[in-house]
Amino acid sequence: MPQRSIETDHGLTSRMFVVGLLLVVLYGAIMTGLFFVIHSLAIILVIGIGAIFAQYWFSARIALFSMHAKVVTPEEEPKLHAMIDRLCALANVPKPQVAVSETDLPNAFATGRSPKAAVICATRGIMQRLPDEELEAVLAHELSHVVHRDVAVMTIASSVGMLAGLISRIAMYGMAFGGGGNRNDSGGQIVLIELGAMVVSFLIYIVSWLLTLALSRYRELSADRSGAILIGKPSVLASALQRITGDIARIPSRDLRRVETMNAFFFAPAISGKSLHGLLATHPSLEVRLAKLAELERELGQA
Amino acid sequence: MGLLDVLRGRSRQVEPNLDQIFALPSAAVTLETACSLVPTGHGGICFKAGSGPADRTAGTEITELLSGDIDPTSIKRVDDDLGFTWLVIDDPDLSSLVTRLHGANTTLAEHGLGPHLLCAAVGFTDAPGSSGAAPCYLVYLFKQGTFYPFAPRDNERRDNELELRLRAQLADDLPIEPDLTRWLALWGLPVS
Repeated sequence: MPQRSIETDHGLTSRMFVVGLLLVVLYGAIMTGLFFVIHSLAIILVIGIGAIFAQYWFSARIALFSMHAKVVTPEEEPKLHAMIDRLCALANVPKPQVAVSETDLPNAFATGRSPKAAVICATRGIMQRLPDEELEAVLAHELSHVVHRDVAVMTIASSVGMLAGLISRIAMYGMAFGGGGNRNDSGGQIVLIELGAMVVSFLIYIVSWLLTLALSRYRELSADRSGAILIGKPSVLASALQRITGDIARIPSRDLRRVETMNAFFFAPAISGKSLHGLLATHPSLEVRLAKLAELERELGQA
Repeated sequence: MGLLDVLRGRSRQVEPNLDQIFALPSAAVTLETACSLVPTGHGGICFKAGSGPADRTAGTEITELLSGDIDPTSIKRVDDDLGFTWLVIDDPDLSSLVTRLHGANTTLAEHGLGPHLLCAAVGFTDAPGSSGAAPCYLVYLFKQGTFYPFAPRDNERRDNELELRLRAQLADDLPIEPDLTRWLALWGLPVS
C-alpha cells in the first residue's frame, strides 16, 4: 500500500478493494502452488516475506511509476519546493524528494520506505485547482504521513494479515498430508480438511483486509490532525478537502446515473450502500474529516 | 519520533531554540573584520500565523512590547506570498536589535506559537568604502538552533560562493547548519 492519497473517490475505492482482494487471493494461490512444488515451509515463508519486503523497499518507485510522476528540481517547480522547504523547517524533518504527476485528477500522496527516502507527489490538477494556502495544507498532510512512517506501518499491517492467512493454510495442509502414519484416511476427509483450510484462510484474509482499511482511515485522520497543527489552520485543510472531494464527487455521479440500470448485471452494485462504503474505504468520509478538523479548530482557539 | 508515536500516528510539535541568536553580535564583528560586511540595522522574524485568538493577541502584544518606548514605526508586520508572516524590526544597534528580536520570539513562544516559528534573518551590507559582497543575510533556524548565510541576487539566484565563504569565516562564531538542503531560499524577504 504505497499510496496515501488525500481524496475520497467511491468508484476508485471499490475497484481498489476488488483488486486488492484479488491480489491477496493470487498471493495465496501462488504460495499454495509453491508448497506443492517445493514442499518446504521455510523456503515459502522466505519467498513470501521477500516479496513483501521488496514491495516496501521499492514503494516510492512503484508509486511514482504507477502515477506517471517524475521527481522535479527546485528550478522546475520553485513554488512547490519553497512550500515543502518551509514546512520541513517548521516540522524539523529532512526534506523529502518532490515529484509532480501530470494528471488532471486533483490528488497528492506521500511514499517511500523511510523519512529519508520519502517522496511527496502532487498532481498537476491539484496544483492548478487549489489556492496556495490550501495546497500548503495538503502538503502538510502528506508530510505528516512521512513523519508518521505510514508506508512502513501499512506495509507491516497488511502483510501480517497475509502471512497469518498463509501460515494457517499451510499448517492445515500439513495436517492433511503430513503427520505420516494414518494412511487409511478416506479421501472424503482430506477434501473436507482442504475445504476447511480454504474457508479459514479466506476468512483471515478478509478480516485482516478490513482491519487494514480501518487502520488506514485512522492514519488519515492522524495525518489530517498533524498537518493542520503544523500550519496552525485546520480550516484551511478542511476547505482544501471540500474543494478536492467536491470536484471529484461531481464527475462520477454523472457516470453512475447512466450505469444505474445496468446494476443488476454487476458483480457488485455500482452505487454502494453507505455503511458498506464506510467499511471498505481507505479514507474516512469527508464529514468525519471535517468534523475532526472543526473540533481541532476549537481546541486551538482555546489554547 | 519514538516507536509509540509512530504506532499512534502522532507527531510532536517542535519547540524552538531561542537563545542561540545571541551569538549574532560577536559574529558581526568577524564579518566586519574578515569580509567588510556591516549590519543594515534590519532584522525580521518569520512565522506561520495560525488561526484563533492566541495569534491575534500575540500580534498586538508584540507590537506594544517592542514599540513601547522606542520609535513605533520601527516595527512592522508583513505577510509574504507563501502565507508566512514577518515581523520586521529596525534598530541601528545590532545588540539591541537582537535583544528585541529575542523579545519578540519569547512573546510568540509564550503564546504557544513556538512551534510555528520558522526563522529570523538579520541583514548585512558592504561597509562604507568597500564593495562586492552585499547584500546578504544571516538566517537563524529556530528548530535547528543553527545559522546559515543567504545572499540573494537578481532573478532568484543565490551567490553560493559568498555563502560558502561566510560559512568558513563564521564557523568559530556561530553554529552553522551542516545540512545544506536546509539552507532555505527566502526570496523577497521583507527585511530591508
